[in-house]
Amino acid sequence: MIELHQVSRRFEVGGQVVHALREVDLVVARGDYVSLMGPSGSGKSTLLNVLGLLDRPSSGRYLFDGEDVTALDDDQQALVRRVRIGFVFQSFQLVPRLTTEQNVALPLVLAEVPLAERRERTAAQLQAFGLADRGHHLPDQLSGGQRQRAAIARATITRPDLLLADEPTGNLDKHTGDDVVQALEKLHDDGLTLIVVTHDQALGARAVRRLRMDDGRLEEGAA
Amino acid sequence: MKIRDRATFATSAIRSQPVRSTLTALGIGVGIAAVVLLLSLGAGLQRFVLNEFTQFGTNLLSVTPGRKTTFGMSGAMINAVRPLSLEDADAIAALPQVERVCPVVMGNVAVEGGGHTRRVMATCVGASMPDVWRFSVASGRFLPAGEERRARPLAVLGDKLWRELYGERSPLGEVVRVGGDRYRVIGVMEPKGQFLGVDLDDAIYVPVARGLELFDREGLMEVDVTFRAGASSDAVTAAVRRTLVARHGDDDCTITAQQQMLDVLGSVLSVLTFAVAALGGISLLVGGVGILTIMTIALGERTGEIGLLRALGATRAQVRWLFLGEAAALSVIGGVAGLALGGGAAFLLHVLVPALPVAVTPWHALLAVGVSLAIGLGAGVLPAVRAARLDPIEALRAE
Repeated sequence: MIELHQVSRRFEVGGQVVHALREVDLVVARGDYVSLMGPSGSGKSTLLNVLGLLDRPSSGRYLFDGEDVTALDDDQQALVRRVRIGFVFQSFQLVPRLTTEQNVALPLVLAEVPLAERRERTAAQLQAFGLADRGHHLPDQLSGGQRQRAAIARATITRPDLLLADEPTGNLDKHTGDDVVQALEKLHDDGLTLIVVTHDQALGARAVRRLRMDDGRLEEGAA
Repeated sequence: MKIRDRATFATSAIRSQPVRSTLTALGIGVGIAAVVLLLSLGAGLQRFVLNEFTQFGTNLLSVTPGRKTTFGMSGAMINAVRPLSLEDADAIAALPQVERVCPVVMGNVAVEGGGHTRRVMATCVGASMPDVWRFSVASGRFLPAGEERRARPLAVLGDKLWRELYGERSPLGEVVRVGGDRYRVIGVMEPKGQFLGVDLDDAIYVPVARGLELFDREGLMEVDVTFRAGASSDAVTAAVRRTLVARHGDDDCTITAQQQMLDVLGSVLSVLTFAVAALGGISLLVGGVGILTIMTIALGERTGEIGLLRALGATRAQVRWLFLGEAAALSVIGGVAGLALGGGAAFLLHVLVPALPVAVTPWHALLAVGVSLAIGLGAGVLPAVRAARLDPIEALRAE
């Protein structure tokens, strides 16, 4: 479902060219569970951004479900993100003034899903992530684990094909982190393609397929 | 994104910072209130002045001796001016478009009657006055026609003069003394009120020929002319001018058409109203700058949120509209509050000072809301465009 061919990403920082990605080739099949590890600055965030269509490669081709998405314009990419890709961030990124329910429903709001269907799907999603009684709470009234579960509920409410998680347990203690990982793995069991960027060796080791990045190059298998 | 959802999003952002939002909206509100109040005052004043003039009808012209610019001074040739005579009035009356002509002389006199004496305005007019001035007789009759030259000493009392002299008693057939001469009262006018400070009810109406003698005048002070409804004010003015030039051998009279005066007066008042309202508009500008400032601050605070929205699949246009919508909502909330404030102040003024004419029209309300919407959108453009241009990755990193 994901094919990267010779994808490079260069930045210019203070007159110097930084190679965040060097000719990366990657194939991820539908339903894969991939962990992406590596030291800081190795380019794993850049790779995640390219995969999530938040960033464009400087060269190379990116086929998403057989479609060359590097050729799409800004708005078309936004559409792909809206429906087919979900994001989970280390810092949860819940809108602080919206209730849990409103936060989870955001992608449906952007997609202009009718109100009745939106309510139904949001309720089901809150139920599935154990947040049924938290719908009217604001994010700062939730625990860290609940917040990340709400963020995952939001990321998956459009039933995307691909879920990208950037350090999903980075801000959580061990116990709640495990909670969140279980929620993610359950989604994988249901057929979702999951790519997790992490520093956490234990979390990285749980993935079916382990990738490692070092200085913009991608290596298979080394956990 | 649907309008309703945009509204929810904008109001949630506004509600999350109640103090800040209130102060920002207040800036617009004060400006709108000032503009609404000034506009209503102006419109009220305009209506008041126009009512004063139109009570005599609009197909009216007045001829006065001497060459004058509309509201200016008499010309330098004042001594060479021939008096405006009753014969001139007759010649004007003979013009085909002219309906009626009323020669006028006025002066202050003492009137004795019913055992009282009262100083009033003696208005010496022709028999056509009730038609020309749209001023009817309440009881008895008006001065008879056909007596312009050799008039019998007959008088008609204004409503107030009658009450002052006779109370509720009918004065018909009574004799009053006007400047030493005896006049028989044959009628009482209906109450008409004041015109530019002159009380038309505290007056006595006598034949114009008597007035010329009473005040020892050579000529008339004014000839009022009404013309047929279809005729144009300009054409009648020209015809009257030709007649007078032919009779006087010189263009030595001033002809003022009521319509022309109304037009000039109306446009002067409109310009004045808008000039004053524009001054109030300066405070609106300040309010707009306030919105721009707050939205720019909000942009800085919500950078992460913008990144998130973009990651969730919001297009740049959607982000732009969210910010524009928020700025517009803030401004319109302020505008509606300002409208209430300004309208309330206008109403209060009206209650406290009934003589002062103020009127808030639906047009003002619409204008106020429209202007505040425009200001909000205008002030929101810059922050909205900047929000839409943010790189989602950079935005997400800003925490």
